[in-house]
Amino acid sequence: MSTDQVRVVVTGLGATTPLGGDVASTWSALLAGQSGVRTITEDWVDSVPVKFAAVAAVDPAEVLPRPEARRLDRAEQLALVAAREAWAHSGIEKVDPERLGVVVGSGIGGITTILAAYDTFKEKGWQRLSPYTVPMLMPNGPAGWIGIEVGARAGVHATVSACATGAESIGYGIEMIRSGRADVVVAGGTEAAIHPLNIGSFAAMRAMSTRNDDPQGASRPWDRGRDGFVLGEGAGIVVLESEEHARARGATVYAVAAGVGYSADAHHIAQPEPTGAGVMLAMRRALENAGLTGQDIGHVNAHATSTPAGDVVETIAIKEVIGGHPLVTATKSMTGHLLGGAGGIESVFTILALHERVVPGTINVEDLDDGIEVDLVLGEPRALPGGRVAAINNSFGFGGHDVAVAFTSI
Amino acid sequence: MAMTEQEILAGIGKIINEITGIPAAEVTPEKNFVDDLDIDSLSMVEIAVAAQDEFGVEIPDDQLKHLKTVKDVIGFIQG
Repeated sequence: MSTDQVRVVVTGLGATTPLGGDVASTWSALLAGQSGVRTITEDWVDSVPVKFAAVAAVDPAEVLPRPEARRLDRAEQLALVAAREAWAHSGIEKVDPERLGVVVGSGIGGITTILAAYDTFKEKGWQRLSPYTVPMLMPNGPAGWIGIEVGARAGVHATVSACATGAESIGYGIEMIRSGRADVVVAGGTEAAIHPLNIGSFAAMRAMSTRNDDPQGASRPWDRGRDGFVLGEGAGIVVLESEEHARARGATVYAVAAGVGYSADAHHIAQPEPTGAGVMLAMRRALENAGLTGQDIGHVNAHATSTPAGDVVETIAIKEVIGGHPLVTATKSMTGHLLGGAGGIESVFTILALHERVVPGTINVEDLDDGIEVDLVLGEPRALPGGRVAAINNSFGFGGHDVAVAFTSI
Repeated sequence: MAMTEQEILAGIGKIINEITGIPAAEVTPEKNFVDDLDIDSLSMVEIAVAAQDEFGVEIPDDQLKHLKTVKDVIGFIQG
């Protein structure tokens, strides 16, 4: 059923993450099994129960020219750095602006700007607020800046679905091209929410790991000792393009963005539905949308956040919908959880896994939990077979959002 | 402790460089903010706020719109 649709391919990748300031450094650290988590040294750490986070390896404010950095929220800075890398990587020199779109979201938006601006407001008054406060705090700010950067006039959109945001953005981008609204779309997710208020608020939900004596071992999806997610920051962006447009300019194609499946749990605002019904529906719809069967799927980049609820039921859903055969990994064990940026970087990882034929291993699993019947890649990376292989990137978010994006190798 | 025109110019050049990235040396008295330096209205607000902090002179909005050139701002600060 998808054969009569426009095929969408991936022609550019960009990322800035806790493991590296670009795709190449991030990917090599991922394959080496490195952790991007570190102890927080800021003076506010005494006010929160979690003393570590996965901070971006390269400070975006150091990369961008100062006049530019000062009018961007950190989430916008990260997004712009990743988008510039993806755009340059795509090699696109000329595209009709009315056929070029952007879909980039964040889970929380410019939260550090909001909080700092409120301090300024209380202490010094409205006259001392930066005139860029609103464009810095608005959650569509990253998409807007990228749209200006590349000159996108087909539409600039910002999806917001908590930790499913990055994947939802890429799905929306695929649909923009398939529906004929654009030939090229810059899509992905970003987040910069390492702030004591966020850590305190997530800790109030008992959602975060408090393994303060072992920060690099704290993100341990599927391990029996997991006690919550590790907050990370960064951005992952892809350039999506109609196959026709990419072929016409002789572009290098990294994967086919084959389809997307969306669903919602309609269960609880912050807890996963215990049977995995929503997750299964999203993956079924992704397969159907991409014209694939479970047998085609060789790899799943799981959402697996290292929280007690969720990690195991996702594997049960994978087994049910796809089977026990795909190589399943949880890259959050190394990057931490980038919230709205997660689906962006994890789609980049899924695409690279297909392109390089290697699946990064999950680190920190020392005592595997019960009830997992899929082929987890633990420790060392494992090779994917040659020939046509498909993969799925799962992303789920508070609010009950379930998104599965399907990619296939070239 | 009145500042000289040169001191004020240097201070304005530093502020404009910080906010826009334009080299301070290009910020000369005859330059028009919009036509010559391509500074937008939001950046002008940032510059005005920074100038207020630097020189201790309030620049009301209804005055700001009349300050078209660097020389206008120097004149305003000098009173």
